[in-house]
Amino acid sequence: MNFDQARFSRDDEYEPLLSEKDSTTVEVDSEGVLPDDLTRDELTLPALSEPQLARHYTRLSQMNYSVELGPYPLGSCTMKYNPSFTEDVAADPNAGVHPDRSDRTIQGTLGLLHGLQEYLADIGGMDAVTLQPPAGAAGEFTGILVAKAYHESRDDDRSEIIIPSSAHGTNFASAAMAGYDVVELPSDDDGRVDMEALDAAISEETAALMLTNPNTLGLFERDIVDIAEMVHDAGGLLYYDGANLNALLGRARPGDMGFDIMHYNVHKTFATPHGGGGPGAGPVGVVEELAEFLPSPMVRETAAGYEQYEPESSIGKVHGFAGNWLVLVKAYAYIARLGDAGLADASAKAVLNANYLASQIDLEVPYGPFHHEFAATSGDRDAADVAKRMLDYGVHPPTTKWPELVSQAMLTEPTEVEDKASLDDLAHAFNAAYADSDEALETAPTKTSARRIDQVSAARNPRLSWQALGDDE
Amino acid sequence: MTAGNGRRVGSPYAPHTDADEEAMLNAVGVDSAEALFDIPDEVRFDGEFGVPGTDEQELRNAMADLFSRNEELTEFLGRGHHAHYVPALVDDLSRRSEFLTSYTQYQPEIAQGFLQVLFEYQSMLVELTGLPVANCSMYDAATALAEAALLANRLRRGASGHRVLVPEHLHEGRLGVLENYLDGAEMEIGEYPMDDGAVDVEALADLVDDETVMVYAETPTVRGVIEERLADIGDLAHDNDALFCLGSDLVALALLEEPASVGADVVVGEAGALGLGTSYGMGLGIFATREEYLRQVPGRLVGVSEDSADMRAFTLTLQTREQHIRKERATSNICTNQAWVALRTAMHMAWLGPDRLVDLAERAVTDARDLAARLDELSGVKAPLYDRHHFREFVVRTDQPAPAITNDLAGRGFAVHALDDHRLQVCITDANADAADGLVAAFEEVI
Repeated sequence: MNFDQARFSRDDEYEPLLSEKDSTTVEVDSEGVLPDDLTRDELTLPALSEPQLARHYTRLSQMNYSVELGPYPLGSCTMKYNPSFTEDVAADPNAGVHPDRSDRTIQGTLGLLHGLQEYLADIGGMDAVTLQPPAGAAGEFTGILVAKAYHESRDDDRSEIIIPSSAHGTNFASAAMAGYDVVELPSDDDGRVDMEALDAAISEETAALMLTNPNTLGLFERDIVDIAEMVHDAGGLLYYDGANLNALLGRARPGDMGFDIMHYNVHKTFATPHGGGGPGAGPVGVVEELAEFLPSPMVRETAAGYEQYEPESSIGKVHGFAGNWLVLVKAYAYIARLGDAGLADASAKAVLNANYLASQIDLEVPYGPFHHEFAATSGDRDAADVAKRMLDYGVHPPTTKWPELVSQAMLTEPTEVEDKASLDDLAHAFNAAYADSDEALETAPTKTSARRIDQVSAARNPRLSWQALGDDE
Repeated sequence: MTAGNGRRVGSPYAPHTDADEEAMLNAVGVDSAEALFDIPDEVRFDGEFGVPGTDEQELRNAMADLFSRNEELTEFLGRGHHAHYVPALVDDLSRRSEFLTSYTQYQPEIAQGFLQVLFEYQSMLVELTGLPVANCSMYDAATALAEAALLANRLRRGASGHRVLVPEHLHEGRLGVLENYLDGAEMEIGEYPMDDGAVDVEALADLVDDETVMVYAETPTVRGVIEERLADIGDLAHDNDALFCLGSDLVALALLEEPASVGADVVVGEAGALGLGTSYGMGLGIFATREEYLRQVPGRLVGVSEDSADMRAFTLTLQTREQHIRKERATSNICTNQAWVALRTAMHMAWLGPDRLVDLAERAVTDARDLAARLDELSGVKAPLYDRHHFREFVVRTDQPAPAITNDLAGRGFAVHALDDHRLQVCITDANADAADGLVAAFEEVI
């Protein structure tokens, strides 16, 4: 497949900034509105007509790659197709209510939230679910706060969270934000939890073990039942990072594996658009014993209708209101659209696609059997360079150089939405880039809007606004 | 089982034909996809979720029915979540799939469009706050405030205490989030009193000490009051080596004193008032600060660089602050944020331009003033309760029980919030201003 990304440019710039198209300063003279000393003096912003803006943003959109343009197999990100109808559902004017509305007047909104709480509880094998966390990392933080509240309620002072070295960076940061020391767990030779190391790491200081299953190499933690028993015997809790739930729908549930707390990345598993980096949503499910600690409010169904309530020993708030409502609507719509059969099929196809793609590429995949994603290695070739070259073949490359367990890792998650022809294109991009000359790799990409970007100078000389560009350009 | 075109029944978004699937299974060397699941029998799930799966048209109808169970009320509600009219251009362009279905710009060469929009968003925040560094989004005002407190604490590691001072009038959601974020850092929260709806600066002066790492104030406050002594509050903070964090929103910032001019070290608040509309509290957190705190900033930053063709290009930068590199030593755990909302907000700001943005802000003052005056004429009603300038909203004291009034107003098609037994809060913006006459008439009927 040939590919050339749109590129609008003039002189030494691509599409000019809004501020280069216009910069208008208005004096703020609010006589009769507010006393002069309470207002700013002036405001400088672009003043452009609607047609000019439409062209600006449309051009910029054409300089942006997306799932609807082609494969986007970023490992651990689950970039699947986002069904169009969910956007329309979320845009229903009746769905846009204010959070201060009384329960009685928003039965539709509360009904959806209650329905999604139930769907997610069933899918995860959990007993209660909060929808409030606005992202996966926020879900992790919420879950760890729930664990902390649980231990504190038992006057059990614990200081450590155990996390495998291959886990997402957010796990470590979330645990630290909640005030815990992080104990990093090495992986076994087979890429899974090192059981001896785990045994040595667990102690009466262990508040929780955070696990991703399948893990970030796509491998199922086969010893999960033993792991759960070891953690529970020591009085700790087991936390499930839901980033890879797309591998398991309808085949295994975290609750059945012994997990006590989990978060769901609904923007991954349940196909809500990633929006260039959010908004997502990170609902958290827990077992019955922990339900009383969930954030407030929750929604329940009574004879009189749906109502919000505060769980008995709630940790309080993790978002100013109810989280990312629009995302929750889209996730609900996706689950209701697919149903049991569709969800189970999504996982089957996600796993099949990953395995098929791996079978078609020339790069080695050192660990298996993997599920919805795999970590290939580019061996003696720089994974970041191979990835840049893949861009020239019209596909988005995988996540590179992570997890660190695999050297020159290319963590690849094609998701279920690619068909065979598309996977063949993707495999061709892998293989062609991997086999290209050093020069081709180092000069890549050439087909994208911008050529290889100098990251070092961006960080060394931070210019973070158009105001900062004035002097040196 | 097959549907038309030989496509199997299952996920409508998994495009495999039977022939494709068979070829793929052969290539992998298994008989069925089930054989690829390496899951021990003891944790296999054999049950059902009990979700039937629904045709798209049928589901859209069902969801429209569900949402129609929300009563159609004209909302005069605010308290940290504000709606302004969102132009069609924002809906239209933000839904372009190139924006909507992309992700974090890990490969900047192929994502220049979104990066430029985020850079422009950061730049507009720099203009509105007067501070040189703005990130390209936090989840909402509450989490942005909490992140500001954590930043202040990191900067003042050697301080004798770790207290953040917040106003007595702070939205319960913001206070709740702050408590949770500060718990792990072993920080504490102190409340300072308000006087007639604004900061009691003298009382605050008695509370700020060398254990204070940050003083937080808002303008407008959660009660809609415009603070008049921000510079004094900033001085109090700085005299005690504490940071001054100011909370506001993008519309207010277009009119009120520039945060940098009153000594703000960090500006947080809600940006979703532009671009998002009423969305059940979903938000977009502002985070702007001084250059010297750059390496302590949480979240994503877009910067300028050059590409190998010597063209100006944009990229995420200073990522060594972030969790995917620094893990437990990161400035925050935030990863996915609110990028698409920031895009919508930037589009809305650009659509307004400086003139209309300032006009919108002025209307927030004058419309609130006019509506309060009209309510104040009714017997048994005092509006506004506080003898202050207001922005968008104000508190109303009623002789009649406030909850009964809100109930009766709901029966007449209006949503107004009762703060307690005899106080209401009323919020007016361009989104509901045309219903103000109706609200006043309904008020007159119910009191």
